[in-house]
Amino acid sequence: MDLDALAGCLSSSACLVTQTTSGLIIGMLLFLVAVGLTLIFGVLKVVNFSHGAFYMFGAYFAMTAYQLTGSFALAMLAGAAGTAILGLIFERVFMSRVYGADVLMQLLVCYAFVLIFDDVVRLIWGPEFKAMGMPSAFQVMPLFIAGGVVPPYYLLLIGVALVAAIVLGIGLSRSRIGKVIRAAAQNPGMVSALGINTGLIYGGVFALGGMLAGLAGALAAPVRSLTPGMGFSVLIESFIVTVIGGMGSILGALIGALLLGLIRSFGSLGFPLFTEGLMYLFMVIVLVSKPTGLFGKEAA
Amino acid sequence: MTRTRTPGISRRSTLALMGAGAMTFAAPWVARAQAKTIKIGMPTILSGRVAQLGTSSRNAVMLEVEKVNVAGGLAGRQIEMVIRDSKGQPQEAARVARELVNTDGCELLIDAEASSGAFAVHEVARDLGVFCIHTNSETSSLTADPKQHIPNAFRTARQGVHDSIIGGSYAAAIAKTKGLKKWATCSPDYAYGRDTTAEFTLYLKRFAPEVEIISESWPKLFQPDYTEVVTKILQAKPQALYSCLWGGDLTSYIDQANIYAMFGQMEVFAVNMADYTALTVVKNLPKGIHSGNRYIKTFPTTPENAAWGDAYKAKYNEYPTNWSWENATAIMLMAEASKKANSADGKKIAEALKGLTIKCPFGADGTVTMRGDDHTLVGYAIGWGTTIPQEPYVPEVKAGDWKTIFELEAEWKKSKGYT
Repeated sequence: MDLDALAGCLSSSACLVTQTTSGLIIGMLLFLVAVGLTLIFGVLKVVNFSHGAFYMFGAYFAMTAYQLTGSFALAMLAGAAGTAILGLIFERVFMSRVYGADVLMQLLVCYAFVLIFDDVVRLIWGPEFKAMGMPSAFQVMPLFIAGGVVPPYYLLLIGVALVAAIVLGIGLSRSRIGKVIRAAAQNPGMVSALGINTGLIYGGVFALGGMLAGLAGALAAPVRSLTPGMGFSVLIESFIVTVIGGMGSILGALIGALLLGLIRSFGSLGFPLFTEGLMYLFMVIVLVSKPTGLFGKEAA
Repeated sequence: MTRTRTPGISRRSTLALMGAGAMTFAAPWVARAQAKTIKIGMPTILSGRVAQLGTSSRNAVMLEVEKVNVAGGLAGRQIEMVIRDSKGQPQEAARVARELVNTDGCELLIDAEASSGAFAVHEVARDLGVFCIHTNSETSSLTADPKQHIPNAFRTARQGVHDSIIGGSYAAAIAKTKGLKKWATCSPDYAYGRDTTAEFTLYLKRFAPEVEIISESWPKLFQPDYTEVVTKILQAKPQALYSCLWGGDLTSYIDQANIYAMFGQMEVFAVNMADYTALTVVKNLPKGIHSGNRYIKTFPTTPENAAWGDAYKAKYNEYPTNWSWENATAIMLMAEASKKANSADGKKIAEALKGLTIKCPFGADGTVTMRGDDHTLVGYAIGWGTTIPQEPYVPEVKAGDWKTIFELEAEWKKSKGYT
């Protein structure tokens, strides 16, 4: 424990700004992955254990597109669109067959695809690690805000994630499609009886979830190394986020992810040897005091 | 329509049984006919996160075995390599090693495992008495600790303590000229990271006593994001940073530290940077990172080393790794020892190998020696230099001095109670 370092940081604006943005970056990427997970669970009622693979594919698609075109915007688009298509195919061909099945069956299918997707990546891109590299537009000196260091690329990253959160939140609560999706989550039989194609809704939601994870992967690609299996550690952390925030809640995923990011960034100062432990400890505290998560609804 | 089978043995299975029987009786004869070849078993890591290193070990071995076979093999017997995947798991490495000897009839072993697996294979070698060369484990105690010593096992890998002595003295010299007193460390949180960092700082402080470690970070192995570690180090404002992160972890770290402009704010010493697997992957390699040599074809600066690196690249379309040269050296030493003993027998090769010096592209002076008293490789090229973002990546490597290594290594062994 190094509480002096933590106290020293909390009293200095430079350190506060740097560590807070560092927490926001970790949190926002985590949010993009976790929100897809929570969305899929909320509507489809399946826990998508293969969700990390979409994060991985997003990163690889972005890298390949960037190498081919040299355009960062196209790379992000490729990461998001590619995983959306992949998500749609995966849901229609495989997941849609196990909706009524036992949860163990769903788990097995997902886990099988974790292994299959990892091997597919290994076959296409090779087993060795890759790096996409930072686009030259972002290879600039970091900004200094109140003495704290903030890299411009991370501002973009936080911005994109924030826009995604707002669009998602407003879209689901205000738009017609959002209302249909929420209705399908409540009572798929009735929605279907009203002449709405629920299969399309399910496929669309899965594609949206995959796309968000893919976007996270694409945004992370310039700063994280790409390996087969890279989705796994992200998946575990997004599970912690959804458990803390409450399964099925978008606001919960946002708050959960940001809390986790801040725990990491300030925890590494005050409790350098217990940063990981802090995350789990926090999850335990939430689970004990509010078993449905911070924003989870009581089970019907 | 369903077919009914009459009970008892069908004609087809009778034939199969007879065939199998014939094979069984013929087998000893086949084996005798092939006794001219000698099988060398090799467990290594061919799948998982470090598969690339295992593959590069296999490539290097095959490159050298081809040459030995063209020149007549081991005492007239052609070498046949039997290479199996251990998946990087110690228990699997031990099982594979045992199977290679007992079932596949391998007479010699090359243990191309990382440290975790090497200690497991070492116990198999102790148990079976089979000749074994450890090619990749850098953990010093594998050969330095007399408890580990067995007459039939050797090591051709570099040794952790050698690297630390040279790294510590190199870093101390720079610390003195540039006045770097405040240091931070950032290494992966497992045995290798902890031990290597401790040994490096031990020798750094020995050569530059004014150095002070003001911040330590221990990210998890294979952690995807280092942002909080990067910003923590920036807060501490050290003048220099030491790291033994490696592979994809190191490249992630560099990309993430780069956008915080960390490399302009402190001198960085990353012992595992100068390896082609990392150098060729990082897109925006900062200039001036200090690194130890792992394998680089421009150090030692000899035509032999350059030719070896180019030959490897021509054959496999990528540059060799640190594990490559260590495995190639094993085959070179075995071939030479077998020639000296005029035998392919493991015991005789082991006897001939003790204290053997051979010409080798990876030697500091063009030769390497298998030290007789602790069965570990000495005299290999070892040095530190700074990186540039394109080939040759590390234009000038300052060679380490083996006299200093021997002195301090003897002292270190005494302090550990090994001598």
